Amino acid sequence: MTDLPNDRSLEKYRRMLRIRHFEDRAEAIHAAGEIPGALHTYAGQEASGVGACIALRTDDYMVGTHRSHGHPIAKGAKLRPLMAELLGKATGICKGKGGSMHLSDFSIGSLGETSIVGSGIPVAAGAALGSKLQGNDRVALCFFGDGATNEGAFHEGMNLAAVWKLPAIFVCENNGYAVSTPAHSAVPVKDIAERAKAYAMPAIIVDGQDVDAVEAAVTEAVERARTGGGPTLVETKTYRYADHAVNMGRILLDRGDEVDEWRKRDPLTLYRARLTEAGVAAATLDTMEQEVADEVADALQFARDSAYPEQAEAFDDVFVDRLPIPDYLTA
Amino acid sequence: MTKATYLEAIRQAQHEEMSRDARVFIMGEDIICNVFGTTTGFVDAFGVERVRDTPISENGFIGAAAGASMVGMRPIVDATIASFLYPAMDQIMSIIAKSRYIYGGQASLPLVIRTCLFYGNSNAAQHSDRPYSMFMNVPGLKIMVPSNAYDMKGMLKAAIRDDDPVLCFEDSTCWTSKSDMPDDPDFIIPLGKGEIKREGTDISVIAVAGAVPLALKAAEVLAKEGISIEVVDPRSLVPLDKPLILKSVRKTGRAITVDPAHQTCSAASEISALIVEQAFDALRGPVLRVATADTHLPFSPAIEKALYPTVDRIVAAARTLVGAAQPVSA
Ligand SMILES: Cc1ncc(C[n+]2csc(CCOP(=O)(O)OP(=O)(O)O)c2C)c(N)n1
Repeated sequence: MTDLPNDRSLEKYRRMLRIRHFEDRAEAIHAAGEIPGALHTYAGQEASGVGACIALRTDDYMVGTHRSHGHPIAKGAKLRPLMAELLGKATGICKGKGGSMHLSDFSIGSLGETSIVGSGIPVAAGAALGSKLQGNDRVALCFFGDGATNEGAFHEGMNLAAVWKLPAIFVCENNGYAVSTPAHSAVPVKDIAERAKAYAMPAIIVDGQDVDAVEAAVTEAVERARTGGGPTLVETKTYRYADHAVNMGRILLDRGDEVDEWRKRDPLTLYRARLTEAGVAAATLDTMEQEVADEVADALQFARDSAYPEQAEAFDDVFVDRLPIPDYLTA
Repeated sequence: MTKATYLEAIRQAQHEEMSRDARVFIMGEDIICNVFGTTTGFVDAFGVERVRDTPISENGFIGAAAGASMVGMRPIVDATIASFLYPAMDQIMSIIAKSRYIYGGQASLPLVIRTCLFYGNSNAAQHSDRPYSMFMNVPGLKIMVPSNAYDMKGMLKAAIRDDDPVLCFEDSTCWTSKSDMPDDPDFIIPLGKGEIKREGTDISVIAVAGAVPLALKAAEVLAKEGISIEVVDPRSLVPLDKPLILKSVRKTGRAITVDPAHQTCSAASEISALIVEQAFDALRGPVLRVATADTHLPFSPAIEKALYPTVDRIVAAARTLVGAAQPVSA
């Protein structure tokens, strides 16, 4: 870790901070009724998303999940349109049509955070196929949870990517649970990584709390993909602190002191210690944290100042051409 | 002008569009060996990268078409038989139909899913479905149901050039029918434009896919009895040429909708509702549906054929409509 305090390592810390602060604010205003719908937070998993995305180029593709705040922020998305989306505003990244589960910023290569579990996996394989057919060297990375690996879409997408040697990276963020169901009671193999064997696909297991380790693992997978070596399955061992979704507490089994144990290996705390050890001044990191807090506050202000979509916009983007608006909405 | 069959029209449309636009490629199960004859000579012309055999994994490769289209390709998926769309419902409904919308217009999915309505051949319930009306219930999917070779070619070319996802339902009862084909490489029939296949004055028969040739035959029979039938072919169900249908019904004052799908919530049901809502004042009797009974399709040829729309059933419905005012149950 000789060259640690460089721009890249500081950027990783910044993006993890952004996710944490963004979600802390989101949770608070959700509790106050300012965000409608469900909210699935990513707290605890930041190193997994940031480590993976920092290994990509901006023009590489990324497909995410219902836990959709961390992935686009990790890929470099601007916060204002994301926060506006959470509030259902017209300036939202999806013009208020997607909300918390679908924060996808296509401008930074995010091709959809999809809330049907596993459904992004064939899409990522297809994006990788597109790169191959176009003869460019872009790769497609797909995030999903341990629960998603029991879906047919996982197996079909993995198989397709393997037989066609597509430039795809499948990142399973194994946070130990699917809603309330522990992975060990739903997945018969010890590690999700074992499932890659069925597709003769290389697999890597990595500490999902260590952003550098995730970056190294995904970088290896990206290099393989970019140079024609085909897909890789990367399993990040991680944890989510919160309930599956906010306000879903009653369905969660008692996790005992598990959450506290995992908090001892909080990805932000770990990385701050590593940066400090490598000589970054505490003041530098504090300043960064303040900047991020300001960025989030600015995004929230932007979101609050933005208008809601017009009723007619419900008929935009079903097709390329706007649909006719029914009489009962115009009368 | 040379004659071509419905299947040959599919081949020509794909060949011309793949030659015109390098972003167009085709994939599906056993395409290279060319089971139905819609990809004859394609591997030689375009190579195996653009003519792709897939593993048997409909959700996987139909989903991959979504991903490839999002990054700038224009995939044609050959999903052979319409029942095989069911394993891919997740990708069709959740991803293909909704991505443009849910991401606020950021996603574009210019893809075509081709599949055939393979019914009437003792292939039993799992291989005899006509599921287009199920997909009409989902916004975001264009749906074409051409009934002859000419329409097939012009519409499939339009579908491949369309920036929205299109489901192309190919009626196997039309496979061998022939039309004169224009040589113009830009011959296009836009989706959403229906056609009057036969002019008439007494009853509008709005027919879907393989029901169109049946309606034309029924019109011949009825003409001998002095009943003049106008046969309206919407050609695509989404978008639907509502003005054409309503104009015809306003002219004749009577309507029968004929549809190979199961009757409940069929395309015929939707078209009937449209007519009742928007041309009720012009109607001189009830709108009748001639569709397939709400049961699965049996294997036994003794009891399969009669379940679909037939010339006789259309004729009977027409006679009822002009002869007596009382409503008829289907
Ligand atoms: C196809 C489908 N089935 C069920 C659900 C409901 N659901 C939402 S998230 C979730 C658990 C997903 O677990 P996992 O893939 O491990 O991701 P995590 O939530 O742990 O990040 C379930 C069952 C869904 N959204 N989609």
